[in-house]
Amino acid sequence: MASLAAASPAAHAPEGTRALRQQHMLSLGARCALPVAALLGVGFLAPLVAILAYAFATPRSFDVFTSFTLENFAGLFDPANTVWVSFVWSCGFALLTVAILAVIAYPIAYGLNAVFGRWSGLISVFFVFPLFVSENVRLYGWVLFLIKNGVLDGSLKWLGFSGGPEVLYTPGITLFGMVYTYLPFMLFPMTLGLALVPRDLVDAARDLGAGRLFIWREIELPLAMPGIMIGMLLTFVLAIGATAEAKILGGQSIIVISHDIEIAFTYSQNWPLGSAMSVVVTLFIGALTLFALSKLDLDRMLGRR
Amino acid sequence: MKHTRTNALIWIWTLLVIVVIYLPILCGALASFNKSRYFGFPIKIYATEWWQKTLDSIEIGMIVKTSILVALLVTVFSVVIATCGALAFARYDWKGRRLFQKLIILPIFFPQPVLGLALLLGFNAVGIQTSWMTAVFAHMVWIVPVVTLVIAIQVYGFDPALEEAAFDLGCSRIQVLREVTLPLLWPGIWSGMLFAFLLSWSNFPLSLYTTGADSTIPEWLYAKMVAGYTPMVPALGTMATLAAAVLLLVGGLAGMLLRRRAAA
Repeated sequence: MASLAAASPAAHAPEGTRALRQQHMLSLGARCALPVAALLGVGFLAPLVAILAYAFATPRSFDVFTSFTLENFAGLFDPANTVWVSFVWSCGFALLTVAILAVIAYPIAYGLNAVFGRWSGLISVFFVFPLFVSENVRLYGWVLFLIKNGVLDGSLKWLGFSGGPEVLYTPGITLFGMVYTYLPFMLFPMTLGLALVPRDLVDAARDLGAGRLFIWREIELPLAMPGIMIGMLLTFVLAIGATAEAKILGGQSIIVISHDIEIAFTYSQNWPLGSAMSVVVTLFIGALTLFALSKLDLDRMLGRR
Repeated sequence: MKHTRTNALIWIWTLLVIVVIYLPILCGALASFNKSRYFGFPIKIYATEWWQKTLDSIEIGMIVKTSILVALLVTVFSVVIATCGALAFARYDWKGRRLFQKLIILPIFFPQPVLGLALLLGFNAVGIQTSWMTAVFAHMVWIVPVVTLVIAIQVYGFDPALEEAAFDLGCSRIQVLREVTLPLLWPGIWSGMLFAFLLSWSNFPLSLYTTGADSTIPEWLYAKMVAGYTPMVPALGTMATLAAAVLLLVGGLAGMLLRRRAAA
């Protein structure tokens, strides 16, 4: 392009400047990315390095960068250790949360795209708003609802029943809390995904005599998959790291993995062990996320280009 | 005919889920108006004394101030950084863009309690004393990526030809930024600001590990939930919720006006 512009400068001058500007844009983009990159480098990567360093330090010490041992990891992989129980609980609950939320959120996501029309905006706001209320407050509201003599129990007694079910401080209610907390994280990516399905395509299939189930399985689901995948991944990853649900609603009837990590850092003052656990969790989540993200085209999802 | 029935079912389901979402928030509000110290339902005597006590408490006043300060600083810093980031994310074609798009999302996909602990470790390793200032930084690590995505959606929506035209008419880069790019992005930046403030306002897991001796509203609430319940807990929780709702309402209306002006 540049040589062409040089050959006949009068005719191609605008082309030339455009090419120049495009080159300029290249560096401009990188420069715009710099502040974010710097923040995440210092605030995200560096702490991960610190955790990694601590994971190889002598157990129950603060000798970071001065000692090297694999003892912490050996401890984790010891069958006598209960950490794996926590990890399995967390993974199992995360999987169940994803499955339940997919079923709960799909009709709503579909509705936001195709049914609610001008009400969509308002309904979205109703689903976004809970994100701005601390999860403690919302989960504690459930405690007030379910506790003995609470709203449910009290109302049932007042109506003449023998009282509400005793579900508080059980593993089941922990799962419920996770489903409750992470609904928006499933709903919004799913809604974005379903927005990628062209209406005309569905109409055309229907006109050609395709059944509902067929349209859903062959058109809607595959085309909305990127969004659904992001939603599932996001809820899974967040649910693995969830602690508040198990502590507030579950009353520590089960110990989840991030609670174990917390215990190592606080009560038992064993930072190297806590770090080793964090490293394992981080590797698991990181590998999963990077694998899924590598399959997605974010420009298409967010920009609908 | 069958179609309308499905739509009705979708409506009913959605409204039902919304009711369930707001049920615990309502329970909290209810508990805050209970006169007696311990919660029991049906409430025998309603009173506003716990609201009054919460408003009068000096300790809570300080905590609210810390929360507001942290959220304001997070908002200002995040929006500046995220606006640049959103332009890099969605506007410019540059070599590292695909990678950048993916890396920026990673912190959102990271469990916040673990991120908070990692930051605490990091601060500790370099010898920084944790306080509300470190919490501002910690919040930003998580909020900047979210706000970048929010603004990026607006960036995707604008036509690069408008910038090109301004350049062709002889504007300098600063002029283009001030006269074309920023006015067009305002609605997105505004939403980003709302998100930044409200997400910082309600954040618990990051604050827990990074505020040191200082405390934010969600932290104080958690401490009292675990030990030492008083009806001030639901009262302050409800106040924080109401404050967020008012801000979202006012901010949302202002945003709609902005959008209309940008469209005009």
